[in-house]
Amino acid sequence: MTMPDQPKTNGNAVAAATPPDSQWPLWEVFLQPPKGAAHEHAGSVHATTAEQALQNARDVYARRGEAVSIWVVPSVVITASTPDDMGPFFDPGNDKPYRHPQFYKVPQGVRVF
Amino acid sequence: MTAPAFFDYLVRLGDDRLVLGHRLSEWCGHGPILEEDIALANVALDLVGEATLLLKLAGETEGKDRDQDALAYFRDATDYRNALLVEFPKGDFAFTIVRQFFFSVFSLLQMQALQQSNNAELAGIAAKAVKEAKYHVRHSAQWVVTLGDGTPDSHARAQRAVDELWRYTGELFMADDVEADVVAAGLGVDPSTLETAWRAQVDDILRRATLTVPAVNYMQRGGRAGKHTEHLGHMLSEMQIVARSHPGASW
Repeated sequence: MTMPDQPKTNGNAVAAATPPDSQWPLWEVFLQPPKGAAHEHAGSVHATTAEQALQNARDVYARRGEAVSIWVVPSVVITASTPDDMGPFFDPGNDKPYRHPQFYKVPQGVRVF
Repeated sequence: MTAPAFFDYLVRLGDDRLVLGHRLSEWCGHGPILEEDIALANVALDLVGEATLLLKLAGETEGKDRDQDALAYFRDATDYRNALLVEFPKGDFAFTIVRQFFFSVFSLLQMQALQQSNNAELAGIAAKAVKEAKYHVRHSAQWVVTLGDGTPDSHARAQRAVDELWRYTGELFMADDVEADVVAAGLGVDPSTLETAWRAQVDDILRRATLTVPAVNYMQRGGRAGKHTEHLGHMLSEMQIVARSHPGASW
């Protein structure tokens, strides 16, 4: 078994996401609660390989029937928004009410929904 | 088939798992990294859980009003029937992992075969244990390869563990009158029939781990007859002291 290369991304995000301590690389863990549902973020584990990350995720997060499937993703490949992005990213644009579905009246004939 | 043989057989199955489970539990709070600490504790809990079911069934088979706790906490080392392999102190992480790998591969084969037991309860326990043992094999095999094919230090430690433990693997496959009786009754499995498959799996992982099997032509036995190393007595004194100091206590 050989160690896979550390996942690489471009930019400063890599340095910022590298753990500052002597721990193994960090992996984000996503669990699928029941079949058909979407995977949800559960937490993170340290591991040196993908297989080890999967096993650690199982041991730490999925020992009591919480999941039917696990994803593990190297934390360094995740690009995250920053608090500075709050305004431009998430301001809902309340000045443009036509962007919200509530703006539109449902025709009288539609009762199914 | 004599009932005592089935009792003895169940005690052998249970003691292997109880003793190894306890040895693994000694890592709790001492694991090399948090995640592995939890993993080892999980495996320990699986094994102790299997032992609980097996010793409970043993007590019922015996019919002398001994339950799983009586068998676990109120037998002395000479009455324990585990293989010597599982009773050695936990050693370093490589020692624990190599031993766990040797035993888990054996346990998976044994439990797979025991699913066919004529005793429905034992077959049920085996079916549960198979799922657990599959994970134990996957976990320990991954670590054997990581350590063996790792740094010079981890390789040396893993090889030393293989060298030290190899002569105790043979006892897992030795059968005597107890196995002969339970096999004849369709209750148990002859462990000697598992050795070829065990060796093939072990060889495959050791090869990937760049580890070699030592040239040993003598296999030590004794545990199945109650002839243990000094280590088991020390372990049991720690494991049993609370139950013996407060007999009948519940919490």
